[in-house]
Amino acid sequence: MTRNTTTIEHHLTPALLMAYSAGALPEAFSLVAATHISMCDHCRAELETYDTVGGAILDTVESDTETPDFAKTMARIARADAARNAPPTRLADDVLPAPLASYVGGSLDNVKWRKVGGGVKQAILSTDRDASARLLYIPAGTAVPDHGHRGIELTLVLQGAFRDEDGRFARGDLEVADESVDHTPVADEGEDCICLAATDAPLRFSGMLPRLAQPFFQI
Amino acid sequence: MLRDVSTLDSQLPTEERAVRRVAPVQVRAPERHVMTPPTGDAADWVALVQKLRDTRDEAAFRALFDHFAPRVKAYLMKSGADASMAEECAQDVMATLWHKAHQFDPTRASVATWVYTIARNRRIDMLRKQRRPEPEELAWGPEAEPEPDEVVGLQQESLKLGRAMAALPEKQRELIQKAYFGELSHSEIAAETGLPLGTIKSRIRLALERLRHAMT
Repeated sequence: MTRNTTTIEHHLTPALLMAYSAGALPEAFSLVAATHISMCDHCRAELETYDTVGGAILDTVESDTETPDFAKTMARIARADAARNAPPTRLADDVLPAPLASYVGGSLDNVKWRKVGGGVKQAILSTDRDASARLLYIPAGTAVPDHGHRGIELTLVLQGAFRDEDGRFARGDLEVADESVDHTPVADEGEDCICLAATDAPLRFSGMLPRLAQPFFQI
Repeated sequence: MLRDVSTLDSQLPTEERAVRRVAPVQVRAPERHVMTPPTGDAADWVALVQKLRDTRDEAAFRALFDHFAPRVKAYLMKSGADASMAEECAQDVMATLWHKAHQFDPTRASVATWVYTIARNRRIDMLRKQRRPEPEELAWGPEAEPEPDEVVGLQQESLKLGRAMAALPEKQRELIQKAYFGELSHSEIAAETGLPLGTIKSRIRLALERLRHAMT
């Protein structure tokens, strides 16, 4: 993985990390969290800290049910041993960390892009319906339509960089935008920008042309 | 590395040690339950997982099972599973523990924490019928293993956190539990726990740095 984890400046919020640890995020948000943490040891340490809270809860949970069946568990282990083949091949390439690679058939080359106008392309990923996730391809120097949104939008940079009202975001950086943010991300010159974006509500665009383009975004 | 688990034996009554050595086939006998380490002694759980990893020792697994399997089942039921689903799932979680013992990193997690993460992932598979995207694994290779004092340090911090949790005001503790039992949506979760998380976070961060260094 081409990653110097110390250069990441924009991180998951503590609330998102705790929700991810507790298993409360929709799949699309979990995908963004898992992909960011694959690149960011700062957030990995935060996550594992919240996991420790989960461990403390598990250790003190009151149990008034029947103890699980030990013999059946051993039988389960024996069956799994017998069925065990070669370990699954690890998916990941230089741009896509493993959790994301497994959503697009293993590598960036397999992504099925659709044009959405202005040179921008996207690919919707298949997740549960509580939130949606997509890959965005923004040519160098191009602006993504100005948009506000309901709910939360997470944007994780995988290649290149973009700039908006909140600063500059490069590989590994995550922008967490809530309803108060109306932003116009512009990709840096020099390299096309690829992002993973997830939202738990439909975007609404403020310009005329983008509104026409919205059906193509399929969200 | 704590591959030497002979300390475990020395904690057993002499009789019990003799039984284990002479007649290992009796490991399933009920009296073997005296092997269960004192509740909350995290270092013993670590030694048992390492014994399981190194020798596939069924008695070590049984001790882990007796402690954690009922807790996993209770956690799943509190998270919305019915008894039969929780039973299936708890068996599955414990089988995963057996198969993935080599992935456990005691400089970053207590055994309870590790079991929690397996149970949580299984809960999402089962109740929400979706897979949970997980970060890429980072694991110590066979050539570089963590230092024993780092293991002890992390385990002690985990115990301290457990005690801090028990000392929280009832309402605060209930709110955290609700979050972890899946009763709060992500927008309802506030990460302000009132728990002293700073020290354990520093230890985990240090362990990750050492691990990254060992991996390059």
